[in-house]
Amino acid sequence: MSTRLSKGGRLIDRSKVQNFTFNGTAMRGYQGDTLAAALLANDQMLVGRSFKYHRPRGIVGSGPEEPNALVNLGRAGRSEPNQRATTTELFDGLECASQNHWPSLNYDVGVINNTLARFLPGGFYYKTFMYPRAAWKHLFEPIIRASAGLGKPPQEPDADRYEQAYAFCDVLIIGGGIAGLQAALIAGTAGLRVILLEQNAHWGGRAPVDGDVVDGMPAAEWVAKALQDLDKMTNVTLRNRCTGAGVYDHGYVLADEKVADHTPGDGRPKHRLWRIRAGQILTATGAIERPLSFAGNDIPGVMLAASTRDFVVNFAVSPGDRTVIVTNNDDAYRTAIALHEAGLSVPCIVDARSTVTGDLPLRAKALGLRIATGMGIAKVSGGKRVTKVALCMQAGEGAVIEEIACEAVAMSGGWSPVVHLWSHCGGKLTWDTTHAHFRPDATRPPTGADGAAMVVALGAANGAMTAADAMVDAANGTQLALKALGFDAKPKIVSSAAPVQEAEMEPVWIMPYGAGVKLKSKMWLDYQNDVKVSDVQLAAREGYSSVEHTKRYTTLGMATDQGKLSNINGLAILADARNAEIPQVGTTTFRPPYTPVTLGALAGESRGEIFQPLRMTPMHAWHQTQGAYFEPVGLWRRPYTFPRGGETHAQSVAREVNNTRNALGLLDASTLGKIIVKGPDAGRFLDMLYTGVMSSLPIGKCRYGLMCSEQGFLSDDGVVARIDDETWLCHTTSGGADRIHAWMEDWLQCEWWDWQVYTANITEQLAQVAVVGPNARKLLEKMGGMDVSKETLPFMQWADGTLGGFAVRVYRISFSGELSYEIAVAASEGAAFWAALHAAGAELGAMPYGTEALHIMRAEKGFIMIGDETDGTIIPQDLNLGWAISKKKADFLGKRGQERTYLASEDRWKLAGFETLDGSVIPDGSYILAPGLNANGQGNTQGRVTSTYFSPTLGRGIAMGLIKGGLARMGDVVDFNTLSGAPIKAKVVDPVFYDKDGEKQNV
Amino acid sequence: MSNAVSALGNVSYNGFAQISEIGPIGMISLRAKPDVKGLDKAIKAAVGTKVPAARQMEGAQERFAGWMSPDEYLLVMPYADTGAAMAAIDKALKGQHYLAAVVSDARAVFRVTGEKADQVLAKLSPVDFANLGAQELRRTRAAQVAAAFWRDDSGYTLVCFRSVATYMMGLLSHSAMTGSEL
Repeated sequence: MSTRLSKGGRLIDRSKVQNFTFNGTAMRGYQGDTLAAALLANDQMLVGRSFKYHRPRGIVGSGPEEPNALVNLGRAGRSEPNQRATTTELFDGLECASQNHWPSLNYDVGVINNTLARFLPGGFYYKTFMYPRAAWKHLFEPIIRASAGLGKPPQEPDADRYEQAYAFCDVLIIGGGIAGLQAALIAGTAGLRVILLEQNAHWGGRAPVDGDVVDGMPAAEWVAKALQDLDKMTNVTLRNRCTGAGVYDHGYVLADEKVADHTPGDGRPKHRLWRIRAGQILTATGAIERPLSFAGNDIPGVMLAASTRDFVVNFAVSPGDRTVIVTNNDDAYRTAIALHEAGLSVPCIVDARSTVTGDLPLRAKALGLRIATGMGIAKVSGGKRVTKVALCMQAGEGAVIEEIACEAVAMSGGWSPVVHLWSHCGGKLTWDTTHAHFRPDATRPPTGADGAAMVVALGAANGAMTAADAMVDAANGTQLALKALGFDAKPKIVSSAAPVQEAEMEPVWIMPYGAGVKLKSKMWLDYQNDVKVSDVQLAAREGYSSVEHTKRYTTLGMATDQGKLSNINGLAILADARNAEIPQVGTTTFRPPYTPVTLGALAGESRGEIFQPLRMTPMHAWHQTQGAYFEPVGLWRRPYTFPRGGETHAQSVAREVNNTRNALGLLDASTLGKIIVKGPDAGRFLDMLYTGVMSSLPIGKCRYGLMCSEQGFLSDDGVVARIDDETWLCHTTSGGADRIHAWMEDWLQCEWWDWQVYTANITEQLAQVAVVGPNARKLLEKMGGMDVSKETLPFMQWADGTLGGFAVRVYRISFSGELSYEIAVAASEGAAFWAALHAAGAELGAMPYGTEALHIMRAEKGFIMIGDETDGTIIPQDLNLGWAISKKKADFLGKRGQERTYLASEDRWKLAGFETLDGSVIPDGSYILAPGLNANGQGNTQGRVTSTYFSPTLGRGIAMGLIKGGLARMGDVVDFNTLSGAPIKAKVVDPVFYDKDGEKQNV
Repeated sequence: MSNAVSALGNVSYNGFAQISEIGPIGMISLRAKPDVKGLDKAIKAAVGTKVPAARQMEGAQERFAGWMSPDEYLLVMPYADTGAAMAAIDKALKGQHYLAAVVSDARAVFRVTGEKADQVLAKLSPVDFANLGAQELRRTRAAQVAAAFWRDDSGYTLVCFRSVATYMMGLLSHSAMTGSEL
């Protein structure tokens, strides 16, 4: 059993007990433990079940590479699936549960998949997709869906908050081991702005555990001193618990800081996503140990050798009384020595190499440890934990020579540099035959904007596998980066590590070499996704020669660990099966993030009230107090209607329409776009932008205009007012203000750059109120201050003046068909002006109305609405707006587009009005049916509805729509389809339903 | 009579930095090429400063001119002074090609103060504060909206569009919450 040792543990504080639960069982750990260490200390070797076969799974690693120990952490608003126990810091009160088991971790029904393993081979998913077709849907999918999977998504909103932050530096160093610290000291001393990131809570990486000696000091001591020195440098920022997650173009890096994962509920943000722009990126990300592929290498108790050492040295956790070491390199001997020094038994060091000569094996020998050379593990026995191992000759087929009882197996198949960050932005790799791994190819680095290298890999991440080599490599690499930044000074301080002589490792991809199918079917490559040596070989036999295809076919490396342990082993097996060299097979692509980044961190502050910017007019607060129901218009929130008492929206909208038509309505029209266009060439410019002529508009007058894209399609509309000789004010739609302003600037800056025109978007400078209805003039006269009579201020004119003491500009324009004034006032006075209008207008029947009443009134008048009558495929001619298109102008934007045959065709659907025969309302989106079927066997159509409302004024359904033939069809009765059944019959009529002669607005 | 009120009625928030909505403040957007005759006189008459260099401000807290783009300047002054300033600009630039518009009311203005004020903004804007000049007018964005800010005595003054003042207050408050110091 695994347990806590009586002494030792360099990272734990035994005076601080932390209580936690696993699957409801109370357990104890210490401050400084990872959850994985604490689980092992409580003999919880079984921590989960695998994805496909529900095999028992134990802790394999001690860091971000861990594939197995994924737990559901926390509950309710803090429930998080798939949290790696090896990187989760223990805290008092932690609750966690294992995943993917039913009914319990110990007794799992799904393990039956295990016995059916031969029915779930590599490529299983693809095979069942293929044949028989019905089998996938009815047989396989239900079973797979029920049994596969890892954690469960949280059911409640996240209780925590997140944020992002930007940072800039000359040198960003990712990885706070001795290589990263060396780099930070050199760059910091050179005076550069340095950021050093470390994913763990503690610094120094592996060196303290491995017993390295730096500058004559034990590594831990040197690390402490280095941190002290760096702390004194104001140009150096240190951030631990911060993972460099992704490297992107131009020196851009995302880093995920786990601010409060270990102190949940303390009010701090849970994570902070750093968005860093660096001159040079140094990746000192270390290396990851590889498993060995022997039968039963997935049984709980089989762990990576260095991780076993981590648990012993860092957390004083024993993996079991007896640990068998199996290795192809010298490094694993450190684990044997560490276990021995901790008073634990190492019955045998099984070394696949035929001879061992390095310093470490010699030390192990001197300690009296047994070394079995040229040997391998034939098989590990045990169910939910290891009971014994059977040894065999590595060169043979697996005949058992000897059995050794043990509780744990510590394996080491060599080391792979963490090349992920180097690779994210295009850095290439080279195969290192000495260490049998891919390492960064310095001649093909990821390049920045200048075409030069922007990333330098340091230390073990660069394939410098001993402490001594890593320190030298870190110094050289840092100097390279400094040079790239224009600093050519030789580093003032360079630390060095004491060399330890290590013999060469020997690549071992299958143990034993001649293993048959039976053994290979129990050799796990990908623990999380249950991919075995036999699966990859099967894929190769079935023709999957590309590593990218094999990955997807077998799901190798596609789990949450993204193949950190399985990648190299898998492609070595593939290379062997293809009889190719490993570098020829290549690797799969490394993509960000290095380890999962929670969606909360990516969303940052964008949640709840600040999920997105909501634009509010100066009168917004008033609308809220009046109980307005808002609708989105772009990012604006506009009142849709102002329900009173128990009114439904339909009732309140009808009341607003009737009140406006019969008495007085007030509309907050502040969102209307307002763009000043000024200059000697402004008239010429507007004549190009609008389909009509704006240059001839007399000062003081208003004119309705249409804007089209170059293609001729109607893009925006609005009233233009001529302010003075050189100045026009263009009104745009509410949603179109920014777009049209950008459109104007685009033409002025890129095409007509020599025209003398300036624009200014003053949309938000002004609050605007439409005062509408028969009593509109009475209200303005009551406010007083300027002459708003028909004679002084006729229809389609504007005037400056004051009303009730407010400086205003009044436009006589109408979108409702009623007597109407649109009044602009400084936005800062908008709320006061609005309130003053309501106060003065009360006795005249003033009521606010919302966007729905606005829409209905314009539809009653047959006025088009951009976005209703238009959808990007409509030209003004379709809407019978030919009158607003100048025939005299030589050119305007869209003119040539509209001349194309398809757009000029008489056959286009054109605007008409529709009245249902029974007075009902045509459903939104309804099509006009035509006889016959089209090529797809669908009913033909001859038009569609574009605006449809119940008209309170007329007491019936009215609609506008497009129909083949347009107004020439007047009088025809046509069928509009409905979702629910029989079509609705409607008569084609003039789209102007109300006051066709415009007498009401012209009083 | 003036009924002018700022977008949020001068609300404030205290976290590890202090956030307050201020204003309204007088602002004029002046579009003109730097070589236009009379530009220096116009800016001098409006706010009493020189024409600012690229990305810089000229003048002090109450009255200054800021560079917004190769043909745009922002003139800042007390709210009530824009009328006289507009008249002075029109006089100085008469006959030239330019556009001046009062934009005081199109804006919301915030003060972010305290020793760590820059940290509040560093969470929202991709700005390198170590390289932000003392007299620099920085046009940027804050999260999802356009913003501009500059240093002042005890922090920063930030300007954004009036319609998103509530959003901006939410952003600044969230970023200034005690315990979230960078």
